[in-house]
Amino acid sequence: MPSLGADMDAGTLVEWHVAAGDAVKRGDIVAVVETDKGLVDIEIWESGVVDALLVAPGSKVPVGTLLATTRTDGARAQAAQPPVLPPPPRPPLRPMASPAAKQLARERGVDLAAVHGTGPHGAITRADVEHVTPSPAPPPEKAEARRERVEEVETPREPRPAVLDATAMRRAIAASMARSKREIPHYYLSADIDLSRSTAWLEAENARRPVEERLLLAALLLKATALAARAVPEVNGFFVDGVFRPSSAVHLGVAVSLRQGGLVAPAIHDVDARTVVEVQASLRDLVGRVRTGRLRSSEMSDPTLTVTNLGEQGVAAVFGVIYPPQVALVGLGKPLERPWASGGMLGVRPVVTATISADHRVSDGHRGALFLAALDGWMQKPEAL
Amino acid sequence: MSTTTQAPLEQVVLGALASVAPEADLAALDRNVPLREQLDLDSMDFLNFVIAVHRALGVDVPERDYAKLATLESCVEYLAGLPRTKPA
Repeated sequence: MPSLGADMDAGTLVEWHVAAGDAVKRGDIVAVVETDKGLVDIEIWESGVVDALLVAPGSKVPVGTLLATTRTDGARAQAAQPPVLPPPPRPPLRPMASPAAKQLARERGVDLAAVHGTGPHGAITRADVEHVTPSPAPPPEKAEARRERVEEVETPREPRPAVLDATAMRRAIAASMARSKREIPHYYLSADIDLSRSTAWLEAENARRPVEERLLLAALLLKATALAARAVPEVNGFFVDGVFRPSSAVHLGVAVSLRQGGLVAPAIHDVDARTVVEVQASLRDLVGRVRTGRLRSSEMSDPTLTVTNLGEQGVAAVFGVIYPPQVALVGLGKPLERPWASGGMLGVRPVVTATISADHRVSDGHRGALFLAALDGWMQKPEAL
Repeated sequence: MSTTTQAPLEQVVLGALASVAPEADLAALDRNVPLREQLDLDSMDFLNFVIAVHRALGVDVPERDYAKLATLESCVEYLAGLPRTKPA
């Protein structure tokens, strides 16, 4: 069970998309897991062949539990999901089972991987196998019994609506935010950024773009944030075991509020290395999938810096709480027309208040200020983003 | 424009809204209250809505006309006047 965010400690396996013997390649969606933040598609990290599924649909297991094993070279079985958090004690790669249980399983076509063992160290006993197929299947019906068993494993029990447990989500957010406020000495900075160049550039771009390729200001702000984070690496990475580990890649967590309450902050990967058009496409795809409740495991686990944008609700500025183990959070308010003095003249310009909450264990106000200045600088040359 | 030609347009608009706000009770929608306000749509949701309408009807709504898509009523009225490549 991969960690889908620092605030997750267990997840429920809802369904498998693969069965033992299936070939899989890196990035394939192999399972669906339900967390406090909704359903997440679990991707596999290594290509190979599924060896055994170790967790049955409907089971809630702690983060770090081995879900399945895969073979890459036909000989060696290995953990299909490298745990993101400190590795747990490894259960045996193959389920342990008594010889009698193995024989009965063979006779009845039972997949031992799907059997819950009650013997010593979780070993599967003959009684456990009998429990799975209570009616002894006479030999002529063996094939049929196997088919039934397969159906039982592969068919989702019942269509599960993507309904969120609001209480559980609130509890998870509370645990994460309380940890943040307890452990992270936050400091807060804000800067007003003139958006007249960016909005004029966007307007001209969008006038000649078909509707599916139009850009939002949010895409420019995300790309500018990523480039600024590359310039000031103290805001981008993780603080783990008393040490700051800067990240060479910029994976931006984008806080998206859920209308039912709560929020998620899935990542857009390598924002600094992508074009604005690619960032826009990723953002659009991400928001669409947040709304329909289907995020991917790789998006949930590894943002290196989070951006929260409360401008849509009319908020002028937001000073956020850092998501541990990240070390900074960027806040964007509502772009508003404001009086703006420049070159001895007073004019009206679109302006956004950008903020950064950052971790004093890693940086100080001077570095945070450089970050905001870099963000401002990029928003003045949108054509270069 | 008669009701018979506008009813399918309304279905397209409601279908597009359902795709961006699957949890909303569209039967309770007020025809004359801004959609973004009623359904809590952010600018990305609204863009996805415009794209869904574009895909269904083959219309290209310029950005400067987004304000004309404010309510269900104004959407139907505006879309009825646009040239389109697909039937509603």
